[in-house]
Amino acid sequence: MSGTFVGMPAFPTAAREALGDTQLRRNLAHATHTIRDKRAAVVAEVEDWEDLRLAGAAVKEAALRDLATHLETLEESLTRAGATVHWARDAEEACAIVAEVARSHGVDEVVKVKSMATGEIGLNEALEAEGILAWETDLAELIVQLGDDLPSHILVPAIHRNRAEVREIFRRRMGDVGRPAPDDLTDEPAVLAGAAREHLREKFLRAKVAVSGANFAVADTGTLVVVESEGNGRMCLTLPEVLVSVVGIEKVVATWSDLDPMLRLLPRSSTGERMNPYTSTWSGVTPGDGPQEVHVVLLDNGRTRALADDVGRQALRCIRCSACLNVCPVYERVGGHAYGSVYPGPIGAILNPLLNGVADEQTASLPYASSLCGACFEVCPVRIDIPSVLVDQRAAVVDSHRGDRVPKAEAVAMKTAAWAFSDSRRLAWAEKASGLAGRVLGRFSRTTLPGGRTAAGRLPGPAAGWTGARDLPAPPTESFREWWDRTDGGRT
Amino acid sequence: MSARDEILRRVRSALSGVSPAEDLPPAPRVPDRGDLVALFVERVEDYRAVVTRCAVADREAAVAEALAGASVVVPPGLDLDVPGSVVDDRLTADELDRIDAVVTRARVGIAETGTIVLDHQPDQGRRAISLVPDLHVCIVDVSQVVPDIPDAIALLDPARPTTWISGPSATSDIELDRVEGVHGPRKLHVVLVG
Ligand code: SF4
Repeated sequence: MSGTFVGMPAFPTAAREALGDTQLRRNLAHATHTIRDKRAAVVAEVEDWEDLRLAGAAVKEAALRDLATHLETLEESLTRAGATVHWARDAEEACAIVAEVARSHGVDEVVKVKSMATGEIGLNEALEAEGILAWETDLAELIVQLGDDLPSHILVPAIHRNRAEVREIFRRRMGDVGRPAPDDLTDEPAVLAGAAREHLREKFLRAKVAVSGANFAVADTGTLVVVESEGNGRMCLTLPEVLVSVVGIEKVVATWSDLDPMLRLLPRSSTGERMNPYTSTWSGVTPGDGPQEVHVVLLDNGRTRALADDVGRQALRCIRCSACLNVCPVYERVGGHAYGSVYPGPIGAILNPLLNGVADEQTASLPYASSLCGACFEVCPVRIDIPSVLVDQRAAVVDSHRGDRVPKAEAVAMKTAAWAFSDSRRLAWAEKASGLAGRVLGRFSRTTLPGGRTAAGRLPGPAAGWTGARDLPAPPTESFREWWDRTDGGRT
Repeated sequence: MSARDEILRRVRSALSGVSPAEDLPPAPRVPDRGDLVALFVERVEDYRAVVTRCAVADREAAVAEALAGASVVVPPGLDLDVPGSVVDDRLTADELDRIDAVVTRARVGIAETGTIVLDHQPDQGRRAISLVPDLHVCIVDVSQVVPDIPDAIALLDPARPTTWISGPSATSDIELDRVEGVHGPRKLHVVLVG
């Protein structure tokens, strides 16, 4: 099983469609710039932010480098605290475990806290196939679920919807699945949030089983941590009788005090607040308070694959803050759907190939969804060097095509370049050919680039993939060599 | 091979030849911010929560004023008289949903972030009572205010459930417009004593 949306086209195709949607681009630009500015303001407040980043990266890196020990410790402390620990090699096993818990309590519905891991494993669909409905309770996830839509941002999954669209979705769909939206529903965000509160409250009050993820899992104390804003997390973690938490094995930190740099880094990087409204921590079962039956599913699903990659391992430090999405010039223009996964943006461009490999075309296109500008690394609270991992993953994609009978256009181009550059006579010839091409292409082009050079239009054949998204400057009609020969190095 | 053994085997083989990390660099401390209590008040108010400061003798009056006649539930161990209150004795979620307000203590207040942390001892009650009612009146002593997050972490017992509260429930999910109050209490009133 992969974490990518089934049947999604590869990034370039999906991106071109998204670029044509001006409403989407406007929503995205507004949202990413707003969060980016808020983040910058609260980060500037912290005098030693860079040292804090180093500390955060070190906590996660240390946990990963000794992961087997920490996982065994976590299992022990959770069990001691009254939780039942399950292990899942892949998505299918994880979904089966959750479904079995739900079935053993005879329920046909569960309430859910927003969680990337359960999105990754396609839990809602798997439960539905078993006749169990999973209600998303985060406002944005509710909008996505009711709109039969896909999430497009880690933090604000409905970032691509504006208020009028949300009102429409609520009016049309709420009544089908529970308490309908009030007749006088306006498109004021406060009114829409009020409607969601009423709609979901009846579900919280009657739910027997809840499903959550966790932001952190503390090995030595068996404590899980959920960081949230709305209080839907608290509802799910507190009111039902049974709680199942699906936790990626990379969420482990060694000790309770390791939570310090993490809880200082995450809210400022994520929502751009000093602290998010609610953080809940719990260790197994607390007699007389909250769920009395607690399950924890420790999930691999490709994480050990990423762990084995010496360059890519650092991607497992990710705390899903989404700061890298908000600063990414590519994400800002194409949005989350083009990445075809619950993990979009720069982190998605490395995490998906690391978790799943690059065998399918969709995943293989992701490492190219970047201009390598480096903004993502600068904001990342756990200092993941995303550009380096991207370059390394590009190499992995190229390697995976080495045996192909029909070489990729890019591979042909690179081989030709190597052949031409390795001999000065060939290079002179190639430049002449290019100058000729420049004169031809220049004549067919429609655009003029800044600086007055003409741009080649869309090229036919395999090169279309390149020119479809870029203006390729038409090659100059005279090469540097030709100019040197003609003018005797500028002396005539 | 069980899933457990298989995953642990995969982890070990992925990390073969990888050395464990050296000692962790210490996380930096916040510089001295001067008047901690003033900072705490400013930062709590920044989340659009209400803060009332009062002397020990005026606690009851300050709480009564914050409640303004609302129906109210209190934890069994609350060290304060709240006239007309219902003491929680395992009320159901439905019963709690019909009560307007809750009055609790807290374990610690964090100045840097304007956060109050509950560890759900008897003076704060189980988690549900400070969640379902729409108004949370929370009493914090000035002596409970600490500078920053690491100080709070050092004070808290990880075996207990904890709830960290920074302002009222909020969402920015619709066009990034901040709306106070979705599922948790929509109003947070901190009574700061001392
Ligand atoms: S890669 Fe870094 S910046 Fe991006 S979501 Fe993960 S932690 Fe945040």
